[in-house]
Amino acid sequence: MSARRRMDRAAFVDGMRLGVGPGAAAFVLALSFGAEAEARGWGLGLPVVFSALAFSGSAQFTLLTALAGGSALAAITSAVLINARYLVMSVALNESLEGGRIRRSLHALALADASFVAAHRDDGRYDAARLVGASVPQWIFWVGGTAIGALTSPSPELMHTLGLDVAFPAFFLILAIDELRRSRRAFVAALLGATIAGLLLLVTSPGYALLGATAAALIGVLPEKEETA
Amino acid sequence: MIRIWLSVVAVTVLSWLMKASAPLIIAQRKLPRSVIRMTALTAPVLLAGLIVTELGGKQLDWTQLAGVGTSGVLALAKVPMLVAVAGGIVATAAIRLL
Repeated sequence: MSARRRMDRAAFVDGMRLGVGPGAAAFVLALSFGAEAEARGWGLGLPVVFSALAFSGSAQFTLLTALAGGSALAAITSAVLINARYLVMSVALNESLEGGRIRRSLHALALADASFVAAHRDDGRYDAARLVGASVPQWIFWVGGTAIGALTSPSPELMHTLGLDVAFPAFFLILAIDELRRSRRAFVAALLGATIAGLLLLVTSPGYALLGATAAALIGVLPEKEETA
Repeated sequence: MIRIWLSVVAVTVLSWLMKASAPLIIAQRKLPRSVIRMTALTAPVLLAGLIVTELGGKQLDWTQLAGVGTSGVLALAKVPMLVAVAGGIVATAAIRLL
């Protein structure tokens, strides 16, 4: 086995390890998605197929909610717009990918919020093997959770009482602690992103607030001190 | 039901295209250094946004904040990630059961 292959394999395994935590949190969310979809008459198969192929909680929940109260076109548009942050993440990731269009695209299909963060290396680039590795347990938990949710319809009140709504933000906070230690600029950008998201939450939904927050990365356009000297 | 299936297919395909947009459009072309610096900041910015939208997306819930804070403190104390998150969940559940 070549040194490169061994490195990729180690990064993949490392990614899988990093993906288990967010995967467990995704499982809780998937239970809700499966239960809600079943309650709205989607049956068992469709929510599971949707989770397996789209692998995107924000778009799936948006479509589920928006289809119930409006036209299909408006629902599809909302679900796609809510995921517009993937355009930004795709550009960020592409710089670190190798190979032709198809190979790069297949790697990019593994994009998920927590995987994207797990793939972020200390040098600012993204590790494709770690990205895919982190997405594997999350995908399994996401699809499994959807199926179990659709089959068992757990009560939202019970999940709330058990404190399971803490899982996702807690994982994101712990990942942020590591990220923000990397550079002062990352800290400033994150602070700006949090402020933008907080302000946008006053006037719009979380999906659009999250998209707006990514604008804070624009401060990266400014040259760093060593470059201006 | 066919309306739901077609909507699911449309959202799935469009999500794939968004995730693969840069590989398909930019592919191997190199971006300016300023854009690369920007991409390096995308992860911390996205994380900050996720924390804010997860906590403030609905009504602020102090019991949830307390649990997330507990996890953060445990993580700072070098407790393993899963244990830190479990600690936060237990703290929130305990507060809610009181």
